[in-house]
Amino acid sequence: MSKPVDHLNKIKHSLRRRNRAEARFRWYGRVAVFIGLAAVAVLFGDIISKGHGAFQATYINLSVAYNQDLIGVDNLTDPDELAMGNWQALPKAALRAQFPEVSGRSDKRKLSGLLSSGAGYDLKDRLLANPLLLGETESIWLLADDDIDTYYKSWLAGDAYAARLTDKQIIWIEQLHQQGQIRLQLNTNLFARGDSREPEQAGIRGAVMGSLLTLVLTLMLSFPIGVSAAIYLEEFAPKNRWTDFIEVNINNLAAVPSIIFGLLGLAIFINFFHVPRSVPIVGGLVLTLMTLPTIIITSRAAIKSVPPSIRQAALGMGASKYQTVLHHVLPLALPGMLTGAIIGMAQALGETAPLLMIGMVAFIVDIPGSFTDPATVLPVQIFLWADSPERAFIEKTSAAIMVLLTFLIIMNTSAVWLRKRLERRW
Amino acid sequence: MSPTDTTKPAKVAKKSPALKTSAAALNKAAAPNKAAAPKKTAASKKPKAAAAKKPRVMAAPKMSSSQSLDVDDHKVTVGKSFSDNAKMTMRNINVFYGDKQAIYDVNIDIAKNEVIAMIGPSGCGKSTFLRTLNRMNDTVEGCRVEGEICMDGEDLYAPKLDVVELRARVGMVFQKPNPFPKSIYENVAYGPKIHGLADTRVDLDEIVENSLRKASLWEEVKERLHQPGTGLSGGQQQRLCIARAIAVSPEVILMDEPCSALDPIATAKIEELIEELSQNFTIAIVTHSMQQAARVSHRTAYFHLGKLIEVNPTEQVFTMPEHQLTEAYITGRFG
Repeated sequence: MSKPVDHLNKIKHSLRRRNRAEARFRWYGRVAVFIGLAAVAVLFGDIISKGHGAFQATYINLSVAYNQDLIGVDNLTDPDELAMGNWQALPKAALRAQFPEVSGRSDKRKLSGLLSSGAGYDLKDRLLANPLLLGETESIWLLADDDIDTYYKSWLAGDAYAARLTDKQIIWIEQLHQQGQIRLQLNTNLFARGDSREPEQAGIRGAVMGSLLTLVLTLMLSFPIGVSAAIYLEEFAPKNRWTDFIEVNINNLAAVPSIIFGLLGLAIFINFFHVPRSVPIVGGLVLTLMTLPTIIITSRAAIKSVPPSIRQAALGMGASKYQTVLHHVLPLALPGMLTGAIIGMAQALGETAPLLMIGMVAFIVDIPGSFTDPATVLPVQIFLWADSPERAFIEKTSAAIMVLLTFLIIMNTSAVWLRKRLERRW
Repeated sequence: MSPTDTTKPAKVAKKSPALKTSAAALNKAAAPNKAAAPKKTAASKKPKAAAAKKPRVMAAPKMSSSQSLDVDDHKVTVGKSFSDNAKMTMRNINVFYGDKQAIYDVNIDIAKNEVIAMIGPSGCGKSTFLRTLNRMNDTVEGCRVEGEICMDGEDLYAPKLDVVELRARVGMVFQKPNPFPKSIYENVAYGPKIHGLADTRVDLDEIVENSLRKASLWEEVKERLHQPGTGLSGGQQQRLCIARAIAVSPEVILMDEPCSALDPIATAKIEELIEELSQNFTIAIVTHSMQQAARVSHRTAYFHLGKLIEVNPTEQVFTMPEHQLTEAYITGRFG
């Protein structure tokens, strides 16, 4: 009788051990997930805390007199005359009217340093849009200089950063603040303008458009080519040494450092085919080379996961190979393919190194409107801003990172959503 | 030897090179110590085999002296392999998967409007054989078919023959129900659509309804034709697959263990259906269930290790099998 009891005890003993092992394993998993989430939280927290300020900019309220003599323009419709106009005189005069007690060249220069160097051109645009204002006076909020912006934001936060300001400037700002003539408002420039040497005028519109154009081209090229290659390799190609060789090389291609694709693009597209540099066409071509392996590999996996019974059913009905693929395999593999394409696009959106090699790192103020306009892309813009000495670019950089991450999150979420949505239930 | 051998058509002579090569391959495939087997006569080998198997062999006086339970000795199919009213004729069929031979020298006719059942132990090549009839083996990497398969006198493996046309004429129902993940209607309409059988929507509706009626599924699904076919029960799915196959009006329907994934009630329905379909179609069915073969088929072919051992009217196979191997199988001694 003792034997079965002994047996049972052994089982109980081993069961305890197994349960402990399982509980341990679960904890490992939880810790791993926690570390991952914590890393994301720290990253986002850091970026958001640094970058949220960039979505607001400091504006100063002044009463501006659109004095015809000051500008030196008679005819607002003559472009030559407009170009010759002394537009900077308008904000300067407004500031002097605000602080009449300021005298001396140095102090006057410091005073005009309160406003962005672009303020005069903003007033020009306003005047051109409303010609009736000529000769009139109006109260208007003008963009402050980046140093003023940095100081005012830090001062509001209780930790004033005054390293680049004179004491007089600080006093002027306090006066403006007391009179309610300086405030923070939504920084529309960030989304409406291209790059600039002046941080307060710099925006990401150019980079976003450049990224968009480049990605559209990448998607248009890499998705059809990648899917066709995957379908051919998976469904039509004979399985022999050649296809093995191709498969190994596709996997190799996926592992090649991206800067090498940049050099390849430089050597082939720019130097050999004479595609102009810095344009979305060449960027799209290079990113296509980079994304292709990802799309081919994920598409092949998606095609492989279509049950063979469906292919047999179609072939058994007398569908040709082409019809089998087009009518049955492709619709079932499409969610996987799309997911792969979106993930590939997200990769391409974040890619910087290869674009440096093909000149998309240039300083470009104009917003690109077509595939042949010089452009830069979001990650390269981040790189450029991070590299700039002006302190105000720190928060601009973080803001651009937030925009990039937002796009990435949207793309990855839509990949998950698409997969869930289109998945077939058997 | 079976008297039916004399009815072998003259075609065989033409094909003799293939016969020789396949015989050689057969010998190579056999165990090395059997390399000399062809030189020995079957008779000379018999006493040894008989001695070895004696305790297991039942008294079977009707069996010819050339038979033994050792399948390596098997050369010629016994029974009535051939038919005067043949729909499909197969001569000297050898099938290889790469270097491995799966079917050895099979000769058989399938008569018009008959139900012929293929039985045999697992791995005996019955499914492979079935799949040569509509060239589904073409899709298997490394599969090679030798010999001659004709339907109504037309060589199915002729280079100019289009497999798409062939598969419209020889339909197939698979082991696991595999409806397309589309609606019931789309499932049945798919074949007629790709082959351009229906000119108008009305024609197509009619084909779908008729096919579903013939597959005795219409009453169950007529209210939900546009719901997914994958939502049906297993037995209904298999009948949907049959409806899909008959929608293109094939001449022959191949069924590869159509009931192996089904419960007994669904199985009974399919068997009933096969009975009805045999009035209009020629049906070749592979089955693991001997009872099923006995219930639905007119003739039964017994395969063993890639060789066709015996073909006879079903009743005879299950009551008085001609070959010892057949008897051993149906009495449950292996398989």
